[in-house]
Amino acid sequence: MVTSLTATAPQLKKTPLNNAHRQLGGRMVDFGGWDMPVQYPAGTIEEHLRTRTHAGLFDVSHMGEIDVRGRDAIAFVNRLTSNDVTKLIDGQAQYSAMTTPEGTVIDDLLVYRFSEDHLFLVVNAGTTDKDWDWIKSHHAGESVELKNVSADYCQLALQGPDAVSILQKLTDTPLSDIKYYHFSTGAVDNVDAIISRTGYTGEDGFEVYAAAAEGERLWKKILEAGNYGSDGGVLPAGLGARNTLRLEAGMALYGHEITEATTLLEANLGWICKLDKGDFIGRDALVHQKETGLTRKLVGFEVMERGIARDDYDVVINEQPVGKVTSGSPAPFLKKNIGFAYLPIEFANVGQEIKIDVRGRLTGAQVIKAPFYKRQK
Amino acid sequence: MANVPEDLHYSKDHEWVRVDGGEAVIGITDYAQNSLGDVVYVELPKTGEEFAAHQSFGSVESVKAVSEVFTPVAGEITKINESLAEEPEKVNADPYGDGWMIRIRMSSPEDVDSLLTAAEYEDFTKAETE
Repeated sequence: MVTSLTATAPQLKKTPLNNAHRQLGGRMVDFGGWDMPVQYPAGTIEEHLRTRTHAGLFDVSHMGEIDVRGRDAIAFVNRLTSNDVTKLIDGQAQYSAMTTPEGTVIDDLLVYRFSEDHLFLVVNAGTTDKDWDWIKSHHAGESVELKNVSADYCQLALQGPDAVSILQKLTDTPLSDIKYYHFSTGAVDNVDAIISRTGYTGEDGFEVYAAAAEGERLWKKILEAGNYGSDGGVLPAGLGARNTLRLEAGMALYGHEITEATTLLEANLGWICKLDKGDFIGRDALVHQKETGLTRKLVGFEVMERGIARDDYDVVINEQPVGKVTSGSPAPFLKKNIGFAYLPIEFANVGQEIKIDVRGRLTGAQVIKAPFYKRQK
Repeated sequence: MANVPEDLHYSKDHEWVRVDGGEAVIGITDYAQNSLGDVVYVELPKTGEEFAAHQSFGSVESVKAVSEVFTPVAGEITKINESLAEEPEKVNADPYGDGWMIRIRMSSPEDVDSLLTAAEYEDFTKAETE
């Protein structure tokens, strides 16, 4: 019955935490060429719920990091990305995207500003090589030094309402002073680290970047500080929970909601398109699309009948397939079956009744407001 | 290591069969439930429906994926585990007990002979994960 049992091939890339995952009983799968834990023995639902109620610890060391230094660092990155890099101050991070001349998406990323001549880009794992090539090939004489430093770093994401108190045990950096989407450099358990108040779960929390060689020790220290193993303690959380958490929180996943075939405006990411900031790759296309209007748009939906929408299922209106599900899953905290889909603009309204073709059975669903989940602040 | 009870028969699709007179009780193996992760939905046929061997009789959905389940033996459904509608997590908690799925009155009881023994199934799953 199970056709997707993914065996671990020896040529897969490994993060510095590979052994730690195996020791914890992580079930390893091939994730875009990386040997990663999809879940630990607690299971995706418990890992998801624990992250919402206490804390979850995620290995995201597979993400790519690109260092940009030099006099023109800001100007260069501003030309390649859609958000406005000039608005950043030292110690601030920004969600952004690199776009094609058509306004479609090469990748979404975080831009960190250390100083006016030093930026740090964090990109998706599966696109790191493509992004690196794209960035190098669009270098046009600016005075910058580019370095792909992906292999140098481990990245651990500690997410959830207990994240501050757990991490504070391991650092003298006053964590409460770090605002959302800001970061500080400091020491975590005496290891130099970038401590960033960011994440991909919809919860408060941190992403910690440190030298790859320190990854395993840091991971174990955080689990220990979070009372892993006790009721309400931190749980290591796998890619399964990472996906359901981000989906509930209404965040786009590259390769699903955003691709080289979707524009930022169609994906509801107009808020990271600063069309007035000056020229950037894709700006003209996005300006044009804004003027002429969208023909389709990404919407969130909830399945109202019994059934679970999955990626790539057809969306049907008036017996016609009109779009595709980009991500669909049970939402463990909301206890609903939810998803994202692209719909023709005339149907892309909250309240619109749609059908999802669940393996031949047309299942009732409704367009609802995303994000599906918002934490109480 | 996955639990593989000695007294059952196994399919390469990861179903188990317990022979009970002329009937077969069928579910998915510990290895299968572990691979799927948290089961959130089980779709089963109706009693009285007839199936050939190796035919899809329903589906099991976890948070992550949906998988079809196949009849290891041919016959007519005499009973389904209705409690799985409300408590699909039984498939994870007790795959060989409370997590059973269907009972079939076997039309050709010799179908069982072509299934794997516990030892053969264990070797089969080992080969699949290597």
